[in-house]
Amino acid sequence: MSRFFTSSIGQKFFMSITGIFLMLFLLVHLSVNSLLLVGDGELFNVAANFMGSNFIMKIIEPILALGLILHIFYATYITLKNQKARPQNYQVMNRSKADWAAKNMFILGGLILIFLVIHLGNFFWHVKFGTVDPISYNGGKEIHDLYSLVSGLFINWWWYDVIYILGAVFLFLHLTHGFWSAFQTLGWNNDKWIKRLKVIAYIYAIIIAGGFATIPAYFLIKYVV
Amino acid sequence: MKIKLRVWRQENSKAKGKFVKYELDGVDPEMSFLEMLDALNEKLIKEDKDPVAFENDCREGICGSCGLYINGYPHGKGNKIATCQLHMRVFKDGDTITIEPWRSQGFPVLKDLIVDRNAFDKIMSAGGFVSIDAGQAPDANSIWVPKENADKAFDAAACIGCGACVAACKNSSAMLFVAAKVSQLALLPQGKAEAKRRALNMVAKMDELGFGSCTNTGACEAECPKGISIENIARLNREYLSASFSEPE
Repeated sequence: MSRFFTSSIGQKFFMSITGIFLMLFLLVHLSVNSLLLVGDGELFNVAANFMGSNFIMKIIEPILALGLILHIFYATYITLKNQKARPQNYQVMNRSKADWAAKNMFILGGLILIFLVIHLGNFFWHVKFGTVDPISYNGGKEIHDLYSLVSGLFINWWWYDVIYILGAVFLFLHLTHGFWSAFQTLGWNNDKWIKRLKVIAYIYAIIIAGGFATIPAYFLIKYVV
Repeated sequence: MKIKLRVWRQENSKAKGKFVKYELDGVDPEMSFLEMLDALNEKLIKEDKDPVAFENDCREGICGSCGLYINGYPHGKGNKIATCQLHMRVFKDGDTITIEPWRSQGFPVLKDLIVDRNAFDKIMSAGGFVSIDAGQAPDANSIWVPKENADKAFDAAACIGCGACVAACKNSSAMLFVAAKVSQLALLPQGKAEAKRRALNMVAKMDELGFGSCTNTGACEAECPKGISIENIARLNREYLSASFSEPE
């Protein structure tokens, strides 16, 4: 077992497990965010405040951060190690058939990380350091008006819409490979399931990336254009 | 046909190599790629120059020794072929062909286009065998092996250890080779007894020899002259993970 953590398959095991965890998070994240497209924002505000304040989420939040950090750490470590495995490169570029996304996972991951920093700066920072306006519905308890924060950003700064749509494109490409690759690394695959998982990967990537891109596109088309 | 060649020349494992250009006239489209190199070497010998060193033996795609990286493809462009099964008819008159050796930390260049593939033998020595004498062929049906398993084990056993998987992989990973060698035994009753130790030791040796790790790009499968499926890599992962979580060390 001690060798497991330093072995190439062991390291990939952590990439896979953290990847699956992050993919589950994306589903939860998108399902809450999709409420932005419904009504005047009350539904989204109630849901987002519930997610931000309940006990289970407080436990999951640091685990999520740890999962992300581990995913980035192992990705960097494995990529550096893999580059050392070919000290002298070929003169003629490798033309072997392989998906573009599969060969560029680290670059795509880096682009997503840049997006994530911007994204956390836009929302998470404001929520954590309390610069969000309060709102109350029907004389109830005051909650954060997250809907105004989000819609304000997307309506007032059009280039943020572009950044968020680009972020979704990078995420799409990353997921088309990451999804089925995670199962392959866990050994949960065979000739039949490789093809099936690749199709499911595209469906999942389209739902997630398409869903996230729809939100800035909605505000852009409805209020800006 | 007239062909222009750019060939990697390197005196020995320590020397700094370089590409050398050659022009070869009178190339027959019916020639195999290795016959074309033979013709080049005959020309070089007549000119009193050092012939190009390249490895080859059976010239019928089963020994796995003739691996060359041709115009960006291990074993040249073509489906499920070794370099010896590549023919000059796929090239056009006046084409420039760049020939390089396999590039990997695990496969140091010995001379020109020959690399040292001893690393594969070391991985095999770490566990790619059955320790007992399996004896004579048993009576039919005395050991039950499902047809599907027999077929998959046979497909995995088709690996000729040429190293094209390592050459094609952007990480220079040997996972497809190790996966094939683990799978051919893991699927059969004779291989089950040592399955856990085998997976652990062969992967440990592969890591130790400086091969990269698998990122599931599938380039190995696309270039394998025997069409070994990456399904075997999933099986290796499975074997390795279950061995790691159960085998006391």
